[in-house]
Order: sequence, then structure tokens, then C-alpha cells
Amino acid sequence: MEKELWKGNEAIAEAAIRAGCDCFFGYPITPQSEVPEYLSLHMPQHGKVFVQAESELAAINMVYGAAGSGMRAMTSSSSPGISLKQEGITYIAAAELPCVIVNCMRGGPGLGTIQPGQGDYFQATRGGGNGDYRTVVLAPSNIQEAVDFVQEAFDIADCYRNPTMVVCDGLIGQMMEPIEWREIPKRDLPPKDWATTGKHGRDHTNIINSLYMDPEECDDHNADLEAKYKLIAEKEVRWDTKDCEDAELVITAYGTPARIALSALEALRAEGIKAGLFRPITLWPYPEKALHDLAGQDHVKAILDVEMSAGGQMIDDVRLAVEGQKPISYLGHAGGVMPTIEEIVESAKKALKEAK
Amino acid sequence: MRADAICTHRVSIITGHYGTGKTEFAVNLALQLAALDHQVMVADLDIVNPYFRSRERKALFQEAGIRLISSSQACSDADVPALPAELLTILENRDITGVLDIGGDPVGARVLARFKDKIITEDYQLIYVLNANRPEVRAPEAAITYLRGIEAITELTCTGIVNNTHLCGETTPAEIRKGARLAEAVSRETGIPVLCHAAEERFIPELSDLSEPVFPITIQMKKPWE
Repeated sequence: MEKELWKGNEAIAEAAIRAGCDCFFGYPITPQSEVPEYLSLHMPQHGKVFVQAESELAAINMVYGAAGSGMRAMTSSSSPGISLKQEGITYIAAAELPCVIVNCMRGGPGLGTIQPGQGDYFQATRGGGNGDYRTVVLAPSNIQEAVDFVQEAFDIADCYRNPTMVVCDGLIGQMMEPIEWREIPKRDLPPKDWATTGKHGRDHTNIINSLYMDPEECDDHNADLEAKYKLIAEKEVRWDTKDCEDAELVITAYGTPARIALSALEALRAEGIKAGLFRPITLWPYPEKALHDLAGQDHVKAILDVEMSAGGQMIDDVRLAVEGQKPISYLGHAGGVMPTIEEIVESAKKALKEAK
Repeated sequence: MRADAICTHRVSIITGHYGTGKTEFAVNLALQLAALDHQVMVADLDIVNPYFRSRERKALFQEAGIRLISSSQACSDADVPALPAELLTILENRDITGVLDIGGDPVGARVLARFKDKIITEDYQLIYVLNANRPEVRAPEAAITYLRGIEAITELTCTGIVNNTHLCGETTPAEIRKGARLAEAVSRETGIPVLCHAAEERFIPELSDLSEPVFPITIQMKKPWE
């Protein structure tokens, strides 16, 4: 198929339409505003629903309602707006409803900056809302992956009746890149017989709920959720590697920093330094075993984690996976400043020197 | 083709659908005009995009002796749609060759409406940049709708079309030719001439068959891994 030039946010919006998104509820915030802007024009053209809600809180609760009635529902925002949605996300996870949430991340904390960031890793993977819940988190590294993952996210959400997030840094949302619209393999999805669409002569009433007053019942509910999360962790974990077969230095990075790291690999290899990249694609479930096994290889001497975050957030998961087998160092910036190819090359050399 | 052959008017206003490569074209135009000893001023009037704006090339402009005016000098990363009063320097000082980089679509071009009365008294041209790989303007009818929308909102008349068809790092001469066909179709329908085809230097030997001149560009708006 012929390639087309798309802006990341527009492409994410178009991907949602192609995935059969029935309803979008959102609120503008830079750098993701092109998602609602595009959908405000195109959803009605497809006979679908677009609502600009009065706030992020309203938007996520509209998603809760629409998802409860069996609709494919989505919202998108950027970091501070995603913070506002956390209460709704934990309710949706607790009520076991499918939905897709896109976070086009900017620098924080607080209002931070409108330039790209990755400081929402903890929020996405640890749950910014209360209670024992998980959201599946997909992290594209380019616009092609962003459109593929948004389409898959709807299926993953439906498959497990769980919120699925696609987190991309602001650069992916704002840049232009050639992409192609390729066929995404469809999953065999269970019927939404739990949806609140009217009783229609059924012998029971469907209820959407996250409140369990009886402690035993709430404990059972949590155990069911935990069993589901274990299944997701087993089935949905994804990662990518580049030049790791003989790598002495392994860079861990996701999103845009992973892409900058790819250019750094070329520069390092040109100097005869054996460097590789380990790129988590799902941030939750984290590819813990794959990274653990890679770090255990004799040829790996050191690990360098690169993020758009001041002290690193994913680095905690890297440490948990590596379990002290090899030394881990860090390179990162926050506030919209991106690590450069030169900085990664320098940090990689330093990490390797210190390890030897 | 030389930049001064494109900028036959004192002020060139660069518009188009967003993502067509207006900024890349504007930056190249300004740098080449400065190299031809023009006293160049660039106004970055993009109030639509928060990233990839010509103001990011400030240091490059400074080196070339180009004065840059952007909407928020002190805080270039803010998404505040404020317009600089300094823009009037370009419109009032007739020694200056001006390049105005406008935000995408009619909504981005709206900034010009405020300066319309000034602009029409000057020697100006409104350039419409096309990229046949942008899905929303790849059909001639759609490209003309955007063009007319920009004219309607600015109350200015478009005088030239620039084919800037590219596919980022995957551009080929065939892509540029595809854009030439689109530009020709738009030109035939509207009577607006095609000024040039913008192409990286390396493609120029393969584009000698195009009927309009080719303007050589060097990619300046790079991504962090490039």
C-alpha cells in the first residue's frame, strides 16, 4: 500500500476510527489537541460520537458510561490531563470495562512544559488511581507503531475487559512521518453480554459497579482481577531488541529515546563498540524475564537506561529485571529536553569503561 | 532555481495545509536569500503548532544574519497565540526582504487578517505550498478547497503554488513528480502558476523533465535522531 505522510496525533485519531471506535470523549490540551480536533470532524462523518467534555474528569466518566453500554470508547489527553482522569481509570478497571486511553506525554511535574516528556511512566504502570489494578500500557516508538498499537489496543481492551493505554511522548504526536495503513490481525473477541443495554427478556440484570461492601466479596473480586492481570502478563508482554546478540553495552529505552538510541548504536558500532538496544513495547506488563535473561548473558557488561525523565522511572523496572546481575547507569533529561545521540554515545562509553 | 527568482516580490507569505513542509521551505528560502545579500527578516507566525517551528532554527538564522520575529520571543515554547508587534518592521521597512511562515490551514492563516490592510499596500506574494502525500490535500479539489479557505480568511489572493511533495527520509523523484501532477491540476483549475518544485539537491539531476524550475533545499528541520 502507498505510504502517506501523517502527523502523529491525526494518525492516532484516524487509527481509532479504523478500529471501530464508537465514541470519543476528550478535552483539549497541548501536545495532543489534534486528536480531538481530527475526531470532531471525522467521527460524525462516520456516524460516530464525538463529545468535547467540560473537563477531563467528565470525559473519562463519559468513557466509563459508554464502555459500560458496550461501546468502543476512547479518550486522549496529555500528562496533566491524564492525572485528572485517574479516578475514572481505576473505576473502569474495577468495573472491568474495556476502553482506550492515549497519553501524549509532555514534561512535568505539574503543568511542566508542552515539550515532550516521559515522566508519566510510574503513573501509567503503577496506576495513578487507587487500589490494586493494572492498565495494559503500549509504548510506540514511531507513528507507524502508534497507529498499529491504537488499533490493537481496542482489541486488547475488549479481550480482557480492561483499560488499555497507549503512551507516546509529545514528539510522536507532533511530528510528521510516512506510514501505511496495514491490516491489523483481529482477535476472536468474547461477546459483550455484560453490557447494560436493556434486559431484553434476560433472566438477570447487568450491573456496572466498582463498589463491594462485603469485605469477602471485595477480596474475591480482587483475586479475580489479579488472576486476569497474571494472564495478561503472560500473554501480552512485548519487546524489541537491536544488536543485542553480542552486545557488551545494552541500552534500555522506549519511545523517542529508543529511536535516538538506534542512531547512537550506529555511531558506537562504527567505533567498534558492541552496543545493543532493549526496547520494551509493553511498559506493563514489563518484559522482565527477557531483560533478566539478556542481562545474564556473559557478553553483557553494563546497562545504560535512557529516558526523558530527570532521575529515571523505567529504571526501577530495569533494576527489578536485572536483579543486580550487571551495573546499571542512567542518562536522562526532563522538561522537554531530549537526550542527544552524542550524549548517549558518551554515556555508553563511560558505563562500559566503569564496568570493565 | 535561485531564491530571488521565487521571491520576485518584497514580502513572501508562505501558507498551506499543515504538515506540507511550509517551514522547511520558508527556512531554505530565507537562508538562500541571505546568501544572495538580501537583508532578510523571517516572521514565524505559526500559532497552530507547538513543535517544529521556524523559531527553533534561531541560531542558524543568527549566523546567516537573518532577523527572526516570532510570537513569543521570551518564551518560544509557550502555546500562546500572541502576535509580535515587530512584524510591522517587515511590512514598513522597504529595504527588507520578508518571509512570513504561517501556521497550517485557514485557521493558521487567520493571523494575517489583522495585518491585511498593511499587507495589501506592500509588494507581496501569497504562496501556497502543496504536498501530495498529505491525505487531506492530495486530491486537486481538496487542495483547492484549502487554498480558497486560506484566501477567504486572509482576504489576500494567492499568486503562486510550490510543490513541496516529500515523504521525509523516504522521498524519491517519483514522489516529487506525483506532486508536480497535483500542482499542475490545481494550477489548471485556478489559473495560479506553479512557481517551483522544492527538492533536495540530490534529486535535482533526475528532475530535468519537469516543466517548472526546481528549487534546491537542504533539510534543516531535523528530528532528534537525524
